Amino acid sequence: MMETSKQVKILVENLSLQYSDGIESLKNVTLPFYENRINVLLGPSGGGKSSLLRTLNRLNDLADVKEISGKVLIDGVDILSPSTNVIELRRKIGMVFSRPVVLPMSIRENITYGLELEGEKNRTKLEDAVERCLHQAALFDEVKDRLDDSANALSGGQKQRLCLARSLATEPEVILLDEPTSGLDPVSTLKVEGSLESLKENYTIVLVPHSIQQAGRTSDYCAFILQGELIEHLPGNLMFTNPKIQKTKDYVEGRFG
Amino acid sequence: MNNSENEYGRRKFIEKAGIIALGGMTILTIAPIFFIVGYIIYQGSPAISWEFISGFPSDGMKAGGILPALVGTIYLTVGTAIFSVPLGIGAAIYLSEYAPDNNITRLIRVAIINLAGIPSVVYGLFGLGLFVLFLNFGTSILAGSLTLSIMTLPIIISTAEEALRAVPQSFRLVSVSLGGTKWQTIRRVVLPQALPGIITGIILGLERAAGETAPILFTVAAFFLPRLPSTPFDATMALPYHLFVISTQVPGMPVKIQFGTALVLLVFTLSMNLIATTIRSRARAKREW
Repeated sequence: MMETSKQVKILVENLSLQYSDGIESLKNVTLPFYENRINVLLGPSGGGKSSLLRTLNRLNDLADVKEISGKVLIDGVDILSPSTNVIELRRKIGMVFSRPVVLPMSIRENITYGLELEGEKNRTKLEDAVERCLHQAALFDEVKDRLDDSANALSGGQKQRLCLARSLATEPEVILLDEPTSGLDPVSTLKVEGSLESLKENYTIVLVPHSIQQAGRTSDYCAFILQGELIEHLPGNLMFTNPKIQKTKDYVEGRFG
Repeated sequence: MNNSENEYGRRKFIEKAGIIALGGMTILTIAPIFFIVGYIIYQGSPAISWEFISGFPSDGMKAGGILPALVGTIYLTVGTAIFSVPLGIGAAIYLSEYAPDNNITRLIRVAIINLAGIPSVVYGLFGLGLFVLFLNFGTSILAGSLTLSIMTLPIIISTAEEALRAVPQSFRLVSVSLGGTKWQTIRRVVLPQALPGIITGIILGLERAAGETAPILFTVAAFFLPRLPSTPFDATMALPYHLFVISTQVPGMPVKIQFGTALVLLVFTLSMNLIATTIRSRARAKREW
């Protein structure tokens, strides 16, 4: 791996989050995410990984959050501040969910949707975006002849790659992926992982993997989160060979979780 | 062994008897519908002719056609739609997408449900008080449409809200995560998906309005008018009220005309019902979630 000097793209500082049903989801988490790297959030489910992910694009605004404190600095700007333009923020941060949810439209419209929300009407620009994003998500060859078909006709793996392509249309700087391959077969999973590997050249990637093995395959940096707390944050290779904390070791070796 | 075989036979008998009993109840439920419709067609169809549809009543309503009543009912249905559709959809969108989940919202929902339970004659009386007298619209299509709108609104609001809520939350999340505002999300994703359900609710609501007698009794309906209404401030004849009049108020009325009128009203409302059902089943077949 080319070890160019790594740059912090997102800095989470002392982030705590509590939902109104009393569940404390994150406890005083401080964690950097690096540019042009795959940043993996590892840990058992219900530990707060998704909450952290959804804080980064303020999607948690839609959930029943009771209290949130701390800072999330993206390029040095705290996006939790009330003056943040969340629409602008979400365009800058693409997101892929664990279930491949295609919008009830054609393949093409799924990709142009984000751009059309911005008011983009230029046909050429929209067409270019469709082609570029489908290439980036390694889906173009499979769907190029049926762009106007309903996206729902695609297979699960294709749908998820369409979701990835869709999230790239607004030219984001960060891509958040919440267990993007949890419902996919191994071949589709490898295709998605392959796309991430090439996408990281241009993006900051934050990935919640669906297995420890996937974390091992993909992570440049890996944060182990347990019950809302950051236990350890290490470069990926060290995380799986030489973690410093016993809990981490137990988890990556499969003794719990 | 013998004993358990007996037991098995007994259970099988009970099973069969149960199916027959339940099936019989179903037949008893739908039989009156077929009987009513069949009887009205049998008695009414001899009256149906172009003259009946397009002519004015004559000979003290004992002959001639029902044009003014038919036109009046169409006007009232359209008038009701003009007021109740935008209001109803707007309220449904607010309740489903924007309203906070608190006691006030719950109170509003309860009020809407109860509004649907108010007897229609009470709506009529209310319309008389508010629209005809207080707002001084007189007995007019305007007053009648407004009264019918109030009666139709709860149906439209509840079905539309239900249709909106049925759209998966994940669509909303995706749209918002792509930088959509709430309104963009509603307009581009939620509404198109909910539209068939909303339209079905609208049609069913309007169908009820078209067939009601009590709400128009005090607010718009005329016993007999020799001409068609020309402005929203005119009174008009209407099919349900006309049917009431020729069935009870006119001695020596030919049965054929009574049932002919009933048949026209029935076809009017049933065809609306048919349209609603078609829209719903088409949309279900096309739906992708």
